[in-house]
Amino acid sequence: MMPETLLEVEDLRIHFPTQDGLVKAVDGVSFTLSRGRTLGIVGESGSGKSVTSLGIMGLLQGSHAQISGHIRLDGEDLVTASPDRVRQLRGSKMAMIFQDSLSALHPYYTVGNQIIEAYRIHNEVSKKAARKHAIDLLGRVGIPQPSVRVDDYPHQFSGGMRQRAMIAMALSCDPGLLIADEPTTALDVTVQAQILDLISDLQSEFGSAVIIITHDLGVVAELSDNILVMYAGRVAEYGSGADIFYRPGHPYTWGLLSSMPRLDRARTARLIPIAGTPPSLIRVPPGCPFHPRCQYTGLTNGRCDTEVPPLRAVATLEHEAACHLTAEDRVRLWAEISGGEVPAEAREIPDQAGELLDEAVDVPAEVGPSVAQGGVEA
Amino acid sequence: MPGWAPAHAVVTFIIRRLIGTVFLLIVVSIITFAIFFLIPRLAGQNTYQLASQYVGRNPTRQAVLQVEQQLGLADPIYLQYGRFVRGIVLGAHYRSGPTDTYCPVPCFGYSFRSQQPVWPMMISDIPVTLSLAIGASVLWLVGGVSIGVLSALRRGTLFDRFSMGVALAGVSLPVFFTGLISLELFSYKWPLFPNVQYVSILVNPLLWARNLVLPWIVLAFLYAALYARLTRAGMLETMSEDYIRTARAKGLPERTVIVKHGLRAALTPIVTIFGIDLGLLLGGAIITEVTFSLHGLGLFTVEAVQNQDLPEILGVTMLAAFFIVLANLVVDVLYAVVDPRVRK
Repeated sequence: MMPETLLEVEDLRIHFPTQDGLVKAVDGVSFTLSRGRTLGIVGESGSGKSVTSLGIMGLLQGSHAQISGHIRLDGEDLVTASPDRVRQLRGSKMAMIFQDSLSALHPYYTVGNQIIEAYRIHNEVSKKAARKHAIDLLGRVGIPQPSVRVDDYPHQFSGGMRQRAMIAMALSCDPGLLIADEPTTALDVTVQAQILDLISDLQSEFGSAVIIITHDLGVVAELSDNILVMYAGRVAEYGSGADIFYRPGHPYTWGLLSSMPRLDRARTARLIPIAGTPPSLIRVPPGCPFHPRCQYTGLTNGRCDTEVPPLRAVATLEHEAACHLTAEDRVRLWAEISGGEVPAEAREIPDQAGELLDEAVDVPAEVGPSVAQGGVEA
Repeated sequence: MPGWAPAHAVVTFIIRRLIGTVFLLIVVSIITFAIFFLIPRLAGQNTYQLASQYVGRNPTRQAVLQVEQQLGLADPIYLQYGRFVRGIVLGAHYRSGPTDTYCPVPCFGYSFRSQQPVWPMMISDIPVTLSLAIGASVLWLVGGVSIGVLSALRRGTLFDRFSMGVALAGVSLPVFFTGLISLELFSYKWPLFPNVQYVSILVNPLLWARNLVLPWIVLAFLYAALYARLTRAGMLETMSEDYIRTARAKGLPERTVIVKHGLRAALTPIVTIFGIDLGLLLGGAIITEVTFSLHGLGLFTVEAVQNQDLPEILGVTMLAAFFIVLANLVVDVLYAVVDPRVRK
């Protein structure tokens, strides 16, 4: 059976007029997501990943956002739908988990009441039945003694348990789409793994499509079927987990991968940061938005500074990158970077990032091709 | 409703706070007593000078000596304090010559001015202050909070600007100004509320309310302005909280998001301030009472101070302190009911 498309985002643009100018938080993002599949959206702060998710959920009301393009959930366009229709879909067909569960749960209501509330908006059931459902859900997300803890307040839960409760709340109406915005950022590392496992288990149990938004490549490596790398409100690269981790085709993705700690590298290997900072979304650089931080612009005859690179297929049709580099250059450069070498082009950079790069040359040669921890099954 | 924390948590909390309150009242009585009896002594006054200050205006030498003896000012300070507390708890006997007057519990002494026990005098003035304070507080709470919420939700609109402008005026205009203007307009020019005089609610509820309308509005205007601004600020802050976004993400109607999730949290600090404001007012809304000639505790205080009537001043100070302590207790208990994080 062909996986059925659940969510289709097409040329989504979300702009915020401010006194300083138009903030182009999301500028022409497209992707599709099938039922039961997981999409990881990766990027630095301010890359537009959270705004994209809030836009899908219709949670940008009151922020004067200008939204254009299409967001089709089950064929229904959410951009043109009435706010009340989108409200009805929120919670029932699409749900969201937030980063900080302490501030995302209401401090004055018990965990149980908050789940019951979420369930009863969309389902005509008695309070008693809803309470039973809430206890059942809490048990399924791994809360011990759910029939007792259902009456606890959020502050009586640990961080991991609160995030479990958030997940229970999001899943209360069995939504087709679950968006998790940095679901593990506020948690201990050990708890992070548990929560990710839980999301993955529940996904197969409920058959939901999941969007995981994170700046942590380790998180998406573990969960995602496909990965969308965002930069300055645009898609830098899109592909399967294997594509992104084994055959990345965008210098920004290379930078993200090189700045990630890895267990398969010697301890002496330095992490290589991406030089510079993300651009202002009001004055996005002309041409490729990444070009001021890119070390390989010399290879394209100046096209990077003037021409916006379109998303183009890299090796397969499902793997796309927005970069002017030729296919040969990419393969060569990535081979050098993943082999622990520093490409000659990158060595010429004289600033602090260059120094760090020089030290990174000492990485032992026995390091094999890049496999992120957690491993990605193609 | 399922999900309420066990009631005993709140009960233990109340008992703990009650014990604290008793201690607080003892401390208040010590400080009040020290202000009037210990500090002048430490400053070097002898008992005669002390007595002459507390005997009213232009006293005769004989009267001063009588007060000196009556108050036992020559005794050690702890004995005096003991007598003061004993009077409150058990009542006291005053001997002046052959006559023995009994001052019933709780005895705050005899007024020099009227030769009456202070406590019943204060008690008879309480209903006036109570009527004024409670009526006004209902007005300002309902008015201030609803204007504040609407302003926050319509931030930047004409309604917001206008109501916040009026609120600024309300905070800035003193009661004696708005009070006199309203009296001039609505009692004399257009006598809608002609005879401003207190009538007990038990005697004639309609007249009671009618005669209090002006003072209520004038007093409430001041506070409503303050509460509108506070509520607006609180709502703006709360509505940007993460849990409001969560509530919206659940698909709750906006009305439920605002009232059940937003207002509920924004009201918590308002409850605190309200309790303390009400407690302060119960000790006497001095300016309002003077402006409208309402004989409540505020006017009682003014007269006591003007006459340098020590037992009256002492009594009304203790009573006002008691109201504030009581208000704080109520606020704390309400807080525990409202905010589950406070109960431990």
